[in-house]
Amino acid sequence: MSTTETIATGTDTTTGTETTTGTETTTGTETTTGTETTPADSSERTRGPRIGENAPRPDGVPKVNGEFAFGNDMWIEGMLFGRTLRSPHPYARIISIDISKALAMHGVHAVITADDVPGQKLYGLEHKDQPVFASEVVRFHGEPIAAVAADHPETARRACRAIEVEYDVHAPIVDAELSITAPPIHPDGNIFRHMFIRHGHPDSPESEGVVAVEGDYEIGMQDQAFLGPECALGIPLEDGGIELYVSTQWIHADREQTAACLGLDPEQVRMTMAGVGGAFGGREDISLQIHTALLTLHTGRPVKLQYSREESFFGHVHRHPAKMWYRHSARADGTLAKIEARLVFDGGAYASTSSAVLSNASCFAHGPYNVEHALIEGYSVRTNNPSCGAMRGFGAVQTCFAHEAQMDKLAAALGIDSIDLRLKNALKTGDRNITGQLLSGVVPVAELIERCVAHPLPAMGEVGEMMGRPGGAGRTADAHHIKRGFGFAIGWKNLMFSEGFDDYSTARVRIDEGQNGPVVTVHCACAEVGQGFVTLAQQIARTVLGLDEILLHPADTQVGSAGSTSASRQTWMSGGAVQQACEAVRTQIFASLAATHGVDPETLAIQDDHIVSVDGTFSIPVEDAVANKTFEATEVNRHVQTVRLDADGQGDAHVSFAFAAHRAVVDVDEELGLVRVIDITTTQDVGKLLNPRQALGQIEGGIAQGVGLAVMEEIIVTNGKVRNASFTDYLIPTTLDMPTVTIAALIEEPEPGAPFGAKGIGEPPTIASTAAVAAAIRNAIGRDITRVPVRPQDICL
Amino acid sequence: MPIERIAVGLTVNGCAVEQWIDPCAMLLDVLHELGLSGTKKGCEMGACGACTALADGRRIVSCLALAASYAGAAITTIEGVGTPDELHPLQEAFIDHDALQCGYCTPGQIMSALGLIAEGCCDRATIREGLSGNLCRCGAYPRIVAAVAEAAGL
Amino acid sequence: MTVVTATSLDEALDALAGDPSAQLLAGGTDFMVEVSFAHRRPASIVTLRRVDELKGWWRDGDTLVLGAGMTYTELQAEPFLDVVPGLAQAARTVGSPQIRNAGTIGGNIATGSPAGDTLPVLVALDAVIVLQSAADGERRVPWNEFFLGPKRTARRGDELVTAVRVPVVHGRQEYLKVGTRNAMVISVAGVALVMDDDAHTVRVGLGSVGPVPLRAPAAEAFADSTIDWATMTIPDGGAAQFGALVSAAASPIDDQRSTAAYRRHAVGVCARRALQRCLS
Repeated sequence: MSTTETIATGTDTTTGTETTTGTETTTGTETTTGTETTPADSSERTRGPRIGENAPRPDGVPKVNGEFAFGNDMWIEGMLFGRTLRSPHPYARIISIDISKALAMHGVHAVITADDVPGQKLYGLEHKDQPVFASEVVRFHGEPIAAVAADHPETARRACRAIEVEYDVHAPIVDAELSITAPPIHPDGNIFRHMFIRHGHPDSPESEGVVAVEGDYEIGMQDQAFLGPECALGIPLEDGGIELYVSTQWIHADREQTAACLGLDPEQVRMTMAGVGGAFGGREDISLQIHTALLTLHTGRPVKLQYSREESFFGHVHRHPAKMWYRHSARADGTLAKIEARLVFDGGAYASTSSAVLSNASCFAHGPYNVEHALIEGYSVRTNNPSCGAMRGFGAVQTCFAHEAQMDKLAAALGIDSIDLRLKNALKTGDRNITGQLLSGVVPVAELIERCVAHPLPAMGEVGEMMGRPGGAGRTADAHHIKRGFGFAIGWKNLMFSEGFDDYSTARVRIDEGQNGPVVTVHCACAEVGQGFVTLAQQIARTVLGLDEILLHPADTQVGSAGSTSASRQTWMSGGAVQQACEAVRTQIFASLAATHGVDPETLAIQDDHIVSVDGTFSIPVEDAVANKTFEATEVNRHVQTVRLDADGQGDAHVSFAFAAHRAVVDVDEELGLVRVIDITTTQDVGKLLNPRQALGQIEGGIAQGVGLAVMEEIIVTNGKVRNASFTDYLIPTTLDMPTVTIAALIEEPEPGAPFGAKGIGEPPTIASTAAVAAAIRNAIGRDITRVPVRPQDICL
Repeated sequence: MPIERIAVGLTVNGCAVEQWIDPCAMLLDVLHELGLSGTKKGCEMGACGACTALADGRRIVSCLALAASYAGAAITTIEGVGTPDELHPLQEAFIDHDALQCGYCTPGQIMSALGLIAEGCCDRATIREGLSGNLCRCGAYPRIVAAVAEAAGL
Repeated sequence: MTVVTATSLDEALDALAGDPSAQLLAGGTDFMVEVSFAHRRPASIVTLRRVDELKGWWRDGDTLVLGAGMTYTELQAEPFLDVVPGLAQAARTVGSPQIRNAGTIGGNIATGSPAGDTLPVLVALDAVIVLQSAADGERRVPWNEFFLGPKRTARRGDELVTAVRVPVVHGRQEYLKVGTRNAMVISVAGVALVMDDDAHTVRVGLGSVGPVPLRAPAAEAFADSTIDWATMTIPDGGAAQFGALVSAAASPIDDQRSTAAYRRHAVGVCARRALQRCLS
């Protein structure tokens, strides 16, 4: 098939100056509807933004004019439409599957089940335990049973309905605590991971302080709820392989897992990133990739499979619900003597990243504080609930809610100001965490706390007009019904993958002569999910090379893996890979100048878009130096090796850490239990701001999701069944629910080892914002809140 | 059973089109069949606003609009707003304020804001209420409000 | 399947007479959601968007007649805003601005969802639903005979809700709606309160706390007799007692949006507050 090069992908963008290509959207036979790249005339070319500047997104124009092609905008002549049949039961034995009626329907080209999986029957990101299609047992509500390809989406829908599945329905195991000792619901058992972190001597009498507080905390199941539902388009290749376009966070991991199930070599599965309508962790696992590929190979036709909103809720993993018991004990002066915790994370039916999520939750369970002794016991457990995995904050969100509640409670018990208690115990550079790891990077915990609480309260005045009060449009509250509360929380987590994972990213950088001067092409498989990597990649290339015209090659598997767009890692990992590849190209340019101009390459540097020698005797514009030449380099950026935690939870498991503090102001209608988050004031350590405006967007966005978890977002699962798989019942914040976000300080202290000193900034805003809102609600109503999301009845009944 | 089709005439972005459609088709799907994919499908229940378009100048969610019932109506979609070379001031404002991340909600936000500005919005509180039907999961709300305020001359 | 895009009332009624099982579609904001939820395609649809006879509102003596095609946007805007303020307040809480541009009061009535936002106001106003059919002409049904159960009404398949009639009432009105988000949220509990300063009565309508929109007769009787209509005040504790009586009138259920206990509590609080606002 020769049409494959012309399929739409999300970003194929250049910006020299303001020049931006739209997306190249084409179909098999029709002409492109995208816009052509028209590089600015070189005489008019202005300097593109470098590192540290507010660069505009290269995909901004196509995103505001509707031309940007997201996954579900893909279309190719003659394609079939796929659909998945899912289990209505959370736990059942499959007695029989009869596809004959569906297969006989006019317009139906394929009906496939587990029998049609030629390769591995199981897949998984960390641990292969999830069937491509359930064949003997279904373990969660919505588990795929079969898939259909048909000539029309409605035909596919009817065909799914015509598949007859006979179930022997069992009582589901839905309580994670009970599942630990229950009969296994999977051959691999019910426990994904059981771990301990022993720090100091938690069993010794000396570990006990004079004051102790205890609490049980619970967190509900949050969904990533990205706005663009999952979609993939498969195209069969003549060599028996497949071309797969998919909106994902990590195409190389998708390829590995997909190829294994197809029984193909990874090289036979060519993948290209389609435009991603948000991710937040929910696209890190396989959803429809393998099903789409199977249908494509089975029919020999292009197949598009896309989820509805409802199916999206069943099709991806969620944030782990958790139950956490904590006990904090302190010396009389407030020194943290011991923290004990028992964490039970409900991983749902299949493993996904449950093991790593639990590890994170446990490693950061004590908060960014020094503690003499700690004993953390963690379980992530299999149940018949929906599978859980990655979501922004990845384990740290859950424990932050608990440890910050405990710190407030402990301060009250000690009679110490809760901020002073935090400051007294704040981690700093040179301390060790509870896994024994030396914190050698930037650890500005005290400064973050101090600057956040010292920041003047935003000018909010008195309680606002009706629409601005708790209840909003519902007009439920009068001014005198409202209590205002203030809360503070600080959280931390790791940047990048941990515990020995071989974490790397790859970038290829090439300079060619374009129509109007040299063009730099950056090729990296990093998933652009809205975080703005495409902007940063251009800024980095411009900064290192002193050239303005930067073309971004579509992210695909024609270049090495960039790893996942998760764990706040892409600026460091893929940004670093782009930086290194640009530096390698720069070295080549210097070498070529040495040959042509007889200068010592060791003395050359790029300054102000010129290549100059340190002695000032040689200077040439970079554009001239590379004119009519081609340079190319591919570099792999690996972070320092980490280790898996040992039996006592000890080891240098992480690369780097990031911190953020939040102060929440809430208005609470105590009688109705309704909450309005008024303001979140925040401080965050960012290392260095590479693009200040984009950084603020990440911070605001992370806070929006933290606020959502605090007061409204929860997948309601009753006896294993999801009851609110829609945007009418799974509520996420609207613009009327969004607080003002006040930046008290962004601390720019360069992180050693990080490209440009920049720390990842995507996740920290979600970690403590939930805890801060919960604290503010407690402050407003003068009672404890031990569960998020906080439901109205938790406040008023 | 084949899917039947009926003919419906619409005016889309100023162009009269006659399209054979599934009688049960939503306006959103018909727009996509016309190659206008800028109007996004987010929830299929009128609960996210990503599919906002203007019908006779008023904003509607095209995922709940039975296309057949809009025969004769003048539909404006994001493709009818500005051009790549000459963006609408509202689109410019979205870029200037970086009022987007993934961009999936963006066409709907812009169409909703156009409808809102036409309805009249006098302050930021009105903008917040007026755009409360357009979810942005990336949480770009402060920037969206700022961009719309600028375009509305506030 | 067939779609009739009616452009006149007669056309719509004829279509219904020919196929009483046809789905009626005004703004589509309820029905199409149901299609999405149920993955169900109707066999036939009659669309009402272009039936001009259903649009607008007018006075008929002491009665206001609201055309079924009035959109929520029209209900919440001038000049209607001042005519039935409770309806305007309720309309403003419906869905999103986009939904309000398409959805109609007739659709809200005909769907008959217990969570329909205008319904508590209409029942507090003792609304009469006007139905019409090709066979029998016009039929007027009081609200309490119209709403039969969750999304079940007295409308026959060949009938169309053409209008709703409410009395002109002098006095303050309040609509309070509880949802777990500040906008674009389905009602967890709703309370409408209508004061009639001439008749010295208080009427309360409740939403989302029963299979149909409810009234709270005991609470109303208590308020009627307890309020000092000369000074427009109520003795200490009176409003709270009123709220408790409203709570007692509710018969809510647990569902994915809330609990029965919270709903019962919330309507009481909202009713008390509504009364206090009307008396302040």
